[in-house]
Amino acid sequence: MIRLTWLQFRAQAVTAAAALAAVVVVLAVSAPHRALDAGASHWLYMAGIVVLYLTPAIIGIFWGAPLISRELETGTFRLAWTQSISRTRWLAVKLGLTGLASMATAGLLSLMVTWWSSPMDQLNPLGGYRLSALLFGARDLIPVGYAAFALALGVTTGLLARRAVPAIAITLAIFAAVQVAVPLWVRPHLIPPVRTVSPLNLSAISGLGSSFPENSLGVEARVNIPGAWVYSNQVTTPGGSTSLGLAPHACTSGSTNTPPSGQTNACNAALARLHLRQVVTYQPGSRYWAFQWSETAIYVLLALLLAGFCTWWINRRLSR
Amino acid sequence: MMTAVIQASGLGKQYRRTWALRDCTLAIPEGRVVGLVGPNGAGKTTLLQLATGLLTPTRGTISVLGDHPAVSPALLARVGFVAQDTPVYARMRVADHLRLGAWLNPGWDDELAQRRIGQLGLDPKQRAGSLSGGQRAQLALTLALAKRPELLLLDEPVASLDPLARREFLRSLMEAVAEHGTSVVLSSHLVADLERVCDYLVVLVASRVRIAGEVSALLASHHRLSGPRRDPGTLPAGQEVIEESHTDKQTVLLVRTGEPVHDPAWTVTPVSLEDLVIAYMNPASDIPARRPQLGVAS
Amino acid sequence: MIEFQLDETSGVATYLQLVQQVHQALRMGMLEPGDQLPTAQQVVAKLAINPNTVHKAYRELEREGLARARPGLGTFITRSPAGTDPATQARFLAAMTDWLRSARSAGLGPDDIEAIYRTAFRTCFAEGVA
Repeated sequence: MIRLTWLQFRAQAVTAAAALAAVVVVLAVSAPHRALDAGASHWLYMAGIVVLYLTPAIIGIFWGAPLISRELETGTFRLAWTQSISRTRWLAVKLGLTGLASMATAGLLSLMVTWWSSPMDQLNPLGGYRLSALLFGARDLIPVGYAAFALALGVTTGLLARRAVPAIAITLAIFAAVQVAVPLWVRPHLIPPVRTVSPLNLSAISGLGSSFPENSLGVEARVNIPGAWVYSNQVTTPGGSTSLGLAPHACTSGSTNTPPSGQTNACNAALARLHLRQVVTYQPGSRYWAFQWSETAIYVLLALLLAGFCTWWINRRLSR
Repeated sequence: MMTAVIQASGLGKQYRRTWALRDCTLAIPEGRVVGLVGPNGAGKTTLLQLATGLLTPTRGTISVLGDHPAVSPALLARVGFVAQDTPVYARMRVADHLRLGAWLNPGWDDELAQRRIGQLGLDPKQRAGSLSGGQRAQLALTLALAKRPELLLLDEPVASLDPLARREFLRSLMEAVAEHGTSVVLSSHLVADLERVCDYLVVLVASRVRIAGEVSALLASHHRLSGPRRDPGTLPAGQEVIEESHTDKQTVLLVRTGEPVHDPAWTVTPVSLEDLVIAYMNPASDIPARRPQLGVAS
Repeated sequence: MIEFQLDETSGVATYLQLVQQVHQALRMGMLEPGDQLPTAQQVVAKLAINPNTVHKAYRELEREGLARARPGLGTFITRSPAGTDPATQARFLAAMTDWLRSARSAGLGPDDIEAIYRTAFRTCFAEGVA
């Protein structure tokens, strides 16, 4: 069965190898100049991110969706499932090998692009920090997890829809939805964030103002934790409330929303008397790899669950 | 009592509202070439797919070679199947299909497979998608035969073949039966070639078994009676009318009976297998629902 | 070696056609005692018929005493049927004449007798089994 799967996968493997080779060439050729030539480098940097997001989807629809649906459409499952092999083993080998190939392809691609992009990621990562939503999914391990999940998803929808074309559409839709939903609703909860409460440093104030007509005070302060993914950054009263009370008179007359250099001494003194706090909830940049591993594990687990479902469906439901 | 290669009891298969197969009770003995005959949509494909495990019953039971269909790779190895339209992997070459057979079947006889491909004149390098219908059928038959099954199930394998390809296919099949003693169940909606090839018959009409039994016993127990116009109701109890036609002066009946017909008013002639099958396939023929003992002659 | 033909339109059972062709060949001298009949595989390769049909035909020939199967070697003609010997023929002729006489005295006319004979003939030879 392993040899048969390879026989049927050969053409796709060649395509993937050719695509990877092309990427290697492009990246290798551009590597020596990439820090110097800002325009082209930036373009390639963004292209790398786009490619890494697209690759799992392409794997899902070209390798995943037809895996079983083509057998169902052409009727060859009547040939395959009457050979001396259980359907479970048949599916396990097909899915397992194709899954490994998907992960390897995405992994190699990610390895090359991450390596090539590392100078830019050090100095000026997209979004400002490595854990940022747009960058995180296009680096290191996440594309491998995406590939496994996209493949399993493609196979499952192909199995349920029994035809490749609707399976492709459904796979793309679900996969895109997952790529948006996970960073938004799941990733922030993977590891409990760090919460620090510290006295407000008046020189860190980035905005100062009062509302009209209630004249309630509003203060914004910068966060200076390099590489952190900040969930929330608030200025509070000593009691913890975000309603800071009335704006001191010393701060309202004259300029509003000015940086520290614009605050008068009288305003600063008035603010100091309020004993304001700065509460920051964030993930330190050092947790980057913890997030990479946990989120990848989730995608791989989802892929395995889908594989289990497909096995059950093929054995029990398809004969009805 | 020979062992049954296929045993079904009250077997039924329902899709949504319609029953593709109903109340099917059969005991097909081994070593036979069984003709499974009936009009399109009668349930032949359903029965064969139930026997291969590609479908599961809604009601009743079926056992193949004494076991549940497709219960294990070991049983799958003993049953060969060629589906309708003989599916093959269009982009795989003929030689690759043989490799598929070798890799997926422990009992694969590669010498037999290569010999057959050579005799059939198939090009091993040719992609299966570009084979003619007859060549595809022969490839599919090779795949089924080379795993040396005890039972071979063929779903309308010759329906879309020209007469020459059809004869060649049947010849190959009969040669395999002669050489290995394989039991064969061959479904068809064509009644020609039946007497040549089949020694056991199952007639399926409108998802039910009309009659089943050894061809020799069926031919011996059915007669055509022709004589002066007469009401079939006047026949003795042991004679069951399968088909009747009347002119104003004459009556012709096709009857089924266990005893010889002595009534001198009748001219008794034998019935050809083809006529017998056609009579049972006629949905208008008023055949009472019978219990299986009568249908399964030994 | 004899080469069998099959006449699909004749209405005669396949195995009987094979038996009749052997009888014919024996009568014409094309087959002689000691000759081997084709194997089932050879017949099947030529005619594409069920091999069981060939076995059935050969069993019938064995039953008639015309052939014998030798395991591992094949089926061979043992004697010629042309002399259904006169003594047997006379015996059956006498039995038939007696039967006809009693049928006549029972009141059966020629057509009745003919009908009975035809029915019995068909039953006997259509079955092919004693």
